[in-house]
Amino acid sequence: MDLFEYQAKKLFAEHGVPVPTGKTATTPEEARAIATELGGKVVVKAQVKAGGRGKAGGVKVADGPDDAFAKATAILGMDIKGHTVHSVLVEEASNIAEEYYASFLLDRANRTFLAMASREGGMEIEEVAATNPDALARIAIDPLTGVDAAKAREIAVAAKLPESALDGAAELLAKLWTVFVKSDATLVEVNPLILTADGRVVALDGKVSLDENADFRHPENAAFVDVSAVDPLEQKAKEKGLNYVKLEGEVGIIGNGAGLVMSTLDVVTYAGEEFGGKRPANFLDIGGGASAEVMANGLSIILGDPSVKSVFVNIFGGITSCDAVANGIVQALKIVGDVTTPLVVRLDGNNAEEGRRILSEANLPVVKPVDTMDGAAKLAAELAAAAA
Amino acid sequence: MAIWLDENSRVVVQGITGSEGTKHTKRMLAAGTNVVAGVNPRKVGQQVEGVPVFGSVADAIEQAGANVSVIFVPPKFTKDAAIEAIDAAIPLAVVITEGVPVHDTTEFWAYCQSKGTTRIIGPNCPGIASPGLSNAGIIPADITPGGRIGLVSKSGTLTYQMMYELREFGFSTCVGIGGDPVIGTTHIDALDAFQADPGTDAIVMIGEIGGDAEERAAAHIEAHVTKPVVGYVAGFTAPEGKTMGHAGAIVSGSSGTAQAKKEALEKAGVRVGKTPSETARLMADIMRSL
Repeated sequence: MDLFEYQAKKLFAEHGVPVPTGKTATTPEEARAIATELGGKVVVKAQVKAGGRGKAGGVKVADGPDDAFAKATAILGMDIKGHTVHSVLVEEASNIAEEYYASFLLDRANRTFLAMASREGGMEIEEVAATNPDALARIAIDPLTGVDAAKAREIAVAAKLPESALDGAAELLAKLWTVFVKSDATLVEVNPLILTADGRVVALDGKVSLDENADFRHPENAAFVDVSAVDPLEQKAKEKGLNYVKLEGEVGIIGNGAGLVMSTLDVVTYAGEEFGGKRPANFLDIGGGASAEVMANGLSIILGDPSVKSVFVNIFGGITSCDAVANGIVQALKIVGDVTTPLVVRLDGNNAEEGRRILSEANLPVVKPVDTMDGAAKLAAELAAAAA
Repeated sequence: MAIWLDENSRVVVQGITGSEGTKHTKRMLAAGTNVVAGVNPRKVGQQVEGVPVFGSVADAIEQAGANVSVIFVPPKFTKDAAIEAIDAAIPLAVVITEGVPVHDTTEFWAYCQSKGTTRIIGPNCPGIASPGLSNAGIIPADITPGGRIGLVSKSGTLTYQMMYELREFGFSTCVGIGGDPVIGTTHIDALDAFQADPGTDAIVMIGEIGGDAEERAAAHIEAHVTKPVVGYVAGFTAPEGKTMGHAGAIVSGSSGTAQAKKEALEKAGVRVGKTPSETARLMADIMRSL
């Protein structure tokens, strides 16, 4: 889960990483009130999970409360790379002497953690990496020893930060590492990390990605979820414990196993090319079990999507057996009731013959059994095209 | 012949008294696996499916001769379980658990590297099966008989699908390496082992979106693997920035795409199927031509 800047800064502050004082506003009036409270110049920053906010006009300096009102009026409701701005962060303006870059991240390829830091901050770090790779220090962090004061200083020195910023930067980096570890983050990034005119090192921006697998030890993370951005079908699926991702097409997909479902999306897309570009409407992995209840929950989510014109149920019986899945489908159709959308069902593997027999004996007009995955994908795409 | 797991493997199940642990212990035994021990410090001396429960992995090694551990404990205890297995210097630890925090995995992986005595498979994987010889994990044992194809895959169900479609040829060993962003055994490790295994004639490699493991494997195949390799990559049509079921299955910006993986594999001389069935047909053609 990616956090908004203001959420990232809240985490930073909790662990002692210096950040400018500020608050979020969802209306221009609130922005004015915050600016009044802060006094002096403020910065009004669009809160969207996208890079390049400054270039898009989503970050503006305001002279005082009335100007903050005007700037917030301009920014709230803006569209930045497909993200609508619903809130702004209003914070004290900083007197910037220099801009740097610092991050800790999961280095997936090397199966370890990585620190990246640079004297060149304030621009896209990919750009620095591409145009001036020597300016970007990359230091592997041993997960067993982490970042202590000495390691933090080593990173700051490797980034070629000036002498005047070294102490402050090292202290900030050690605290930032604590944020990374204690929050179970896969990324904490500060860009820019600034040296102020009065010699302090401050995180002027913040980007944090959290590992959802660690949610069980972070109940507080529930407050970070951006409810307005969650697709209602995805939300409903999550409440039912289903692994569902909404996509743009017309063919509903249910399968068991993440790899098989991803593969099913591909096969349906290829098959759909023959039928005017029919595509998968979703990713839904019902896992190994595939009981009637799980099948019913899955079907009701998928059939609740008005763009779905046909459904492809793709099951390989491995741990689960196909007769159990077939019974699940029959019962699920009774539970959901009144289903008119065609359901193409492919059962293969463990007890597939028995599963197919159960489906054919149930004599359900909406169920269309097909023996192979490729054949079933084709029929599902064809039926979606016919219904359009 | 097989890699890493054979008729001499003696399995200890960490988490044997949990529902998943018990269920799969039963299945492993039914598949003919030597399950010699379970671990639960609070239930020492009990038996599960006739298998004695010990207080630690070290005890299971010392008293029951265990040399493979299969870990079924819940995510919040997985790191400790893995570290216990590593401390006991068990040669192979298979971590089935899904949902392990990546910080935990990165830590126990680093710890494992520092000791240098344990191979880890997983987490978030179906395990490893050498059909007819032994089965450590949750891969169904009756899909395919033994044979001379080696298989390494990030995905469980696609592994079963491939085993099923190629059951007339059979498999030496099938390794499910798991779909997490950080895993112990990689495609490359399995490719090297299959290349060295006299019982394996050809290799199926299944990948999916996310990371660059397939690209690295492709470079490795070009330099070090002479046996025929057939590949499949899932997730060509997955949208950018969305996690597709597996924690590691995500396209970030332009990296981790299925297309890039396919191109890298093909450049290395790997025949890549467009669908699982086509991939199986490519492998069948190779097996018939050998």
